[in-house]
Amino acid sequence: MIQYSIRRIVAAIPVIFGVLLLVFILARVIPGDPCRAILGEKATQEACEDFNRRKGLDQPLPVQFVYYIRDLAQGDLGDSLRFGRPVTEILEERLPLTVELSITALTIALIIGIPAGILAATRRNSVADVTTMVGANIGVSMPVFWLGLMLAFLFAVLLKDTPLSLPPSGRLSAGVIPIPFYEVFGWEVPESGPISFIVTFISNMFILNSILTLDGEVFTDAVRHLILPAIALATIPMAILARMSRSSMLEVLGQDYVRTARAKGLKQNKVVMKHAWRNALLPVVTIAGLQLGLILSGAVLTETIFGLAGVGRAVFEGITSRDFPIIQGFVLVIAIGYVAINLFVDLSYSFLDPRIRLD
Amino acid sequence: MSTVTELPLDDALETADIGDYKSNSLWRLTLRRLFKQRSAIVGGIILLVLIFTAIFADFIAPYDPTDSLIGDEPVKKRDAPCIHLLGCPEDQPQHIMGLDGNVRDVFSRVVHGTRVSLRVGFLTVGFAVIVGTFLGAVSGFFGGWTDNTIMRVLDVVLAFPFLILAIAIVSVLGPGLTNTMLAIAIVSIPAYARVVRSSVLSVREQAYVEASRALGASNFQILLQRILPNALPPLIVIATLGIATAILDTAALSFIGLGAQEPTPEWGAMLGRERNQLFSAPHLVIFPGLAIMITVLAFNLLGDGLRDALDPRLVHAGVKQE
Repeated sequence: MIQYSIRRIVAAIPVIFGVLLLVFILARVIPGDPCRAILGEKATQEACEDFNRRKGLDQPLPVQFVYYIRDLAQGDLGDSLRFGRPVTEILEERLPLTVELSITALTIALIIGIPAGILAATRRNSVADVTTMVGANIGVSMPVFWLGLMLAFLFAVLLKDTPLSLPPSGRLSAGVIPIPFYEVFGWEVPESGPISFIVTFISNMFILNSILTLDGEVFTDAVRHLILPAIALATIPMAILARMSRSSMLEVLGQDYVRTARAKGLKQNKVVMKHAWRNALLPVVTIAGLQLGLILSGAVLTETIFGLAGVGRAVFEGITSRDFPIIQGFVLVIAIGYVAINLFVDLSYSFLDPRIRLD
Repeated sequence: MSTVTELPLDDALETADIGDYKSNSLWRLTLRRLFKQRSAIVGGIILLVLIFTAIFADFIAPYDPTDSLIGDEPVKKRDAPCIHLLGCPEDQPQHIMGLDGNVRDVFSRVVHGTRVSLRVGFLTVGFAVIVGTFLGAVSGFFGGWTDNTIMRVLDVVLAFPFLILAIAIVSVLGPGLTNTMLAIAIVSIPAYARVVRSSVLSVREQAYVEASRALGASNFQILLQRILPNALPPLIVIATLGIATAILDTAALSFIGLGAQEPTPEWGAMLGRERNQLFSAPHLVIFPGLAIMITVLAFNLLGDGLRDALDPRLVHAGVKQE
């Protein structure tokens, strides 16, 4: 197991290096001059030369790449060309939102999708089955951005002035200010460094922070703001998970050992929950892991629609303003996170199914 | 056996080919099973309607999709739908899906959008399938460092969330529908390459491939006639589902302004342009979105039906499975 994990991590290194190289090249070949994108169309030649020298953009590309890798090894993702601030600092502001949004969306998808799929499988061809599958097919076919807009229309316009009304944009209402948990706890946090990064990162996940500080007002407000984007983002993964759980469950329910369990006189619930469920879960786990890529893609669109300043929007804005360090840093973090999750999913197989021998 | 080897090479290959009869009947069997799938039939019918709409868009659409109606008719921009049958006054011109911000008939634009989206779906996936099949076949057939190099490069592509890489590629190529299609095709290549590669690997060492080789068939002939047909069933399924994804992602890129540009009647772009009018003119957001959903749904239903019809585990339905 440990050997396999190490082998998989080692195998991931060339992929990560490839990701680094690809992101570096893509960021450099995006048409447009970063100097003019940042300083404005009318920037003089001298101003631009000075800008390029300061940012190291006058060096040959291989040299820039070596510098980039060197800085990266020191945990330095460079400074944003546009904001003049370290990318890590912007990351610690923006990533928590996306993480919070993605986890909420994945949770919604899992807790609704999988039971719905299992229910559909155990009551094959019933009304519940047909409804679930029609719903899942429609869910899979729905554009995230359209669903987001429709949800905003429903909950912010049609249901306005009802208790069901929900805010269509932003993370918190005006006037609601979360107090970072480390301040409430009275912790001394250093100005910079990894500890500061982790602590700030956690406190920027408003829901988690409000739970830690037991702040009911911020919690309710943050949850109300997160519901619509999270539902929009969860719909497609939920539909995919429901379909996958159903077909996987159907396959398992047709196996001999399930028939044996039934023949022993076990109740349907027990057969499903004790014998079938665990084996049916395996393909679902793979799919659940893969959904994260879908959710991260969807986050770009969802964040745009709901006016949320997360990673997805940062990448998009970085591209439009030719902010190389932002694009590189953010895309890199997303890609590494994605590779890590897939690795984790692979490794979790042996836990879920001891029959699988990884070496 | 001896009679076979005495024939000229081509004839020998021909005679040795006993797979033809079988594969024909497999396709017929598949088709018959496909027609038994309710979802596939529904998907197929919707798709036929969409193809019909795309071909005859010029006759179905009452207006030119790019023409502004200012001065031609007593209408304002973003007028709500007016349907005579539903009580809209007869003296007003009928626009069943209303008008957009440039005073164009939304219904005509949605109808012409079918053409754009179907073309996007078929071309994008067609390109990705061709390149993916080539890479997967070469990779699986030759193995060794060729395989390693190709698969590692594709792994890098797969390490990115789909849309984020597509956005990055479009930013490099420049906004526009063609570049968007190219970006989405590039991003979807690994999926096809992997399917073909695994099919190739599974049959590469089979006796009938060896027999072909013994008969003197070239690598290319073996790949094309003996190995690739095996990859076809899974390829058809994922390509059909891939068309759905391609349409959805093109719409998404157009929505954020990177894909189709004005005045192309592309559904995602139509939605993106008018999304701020959601609260005042919801019809501008509802109809293009519904069109995307129905089209994507058609391909998804058809793809699912095809998968069930082609699934080898269901071929011998009723026979006890391991």
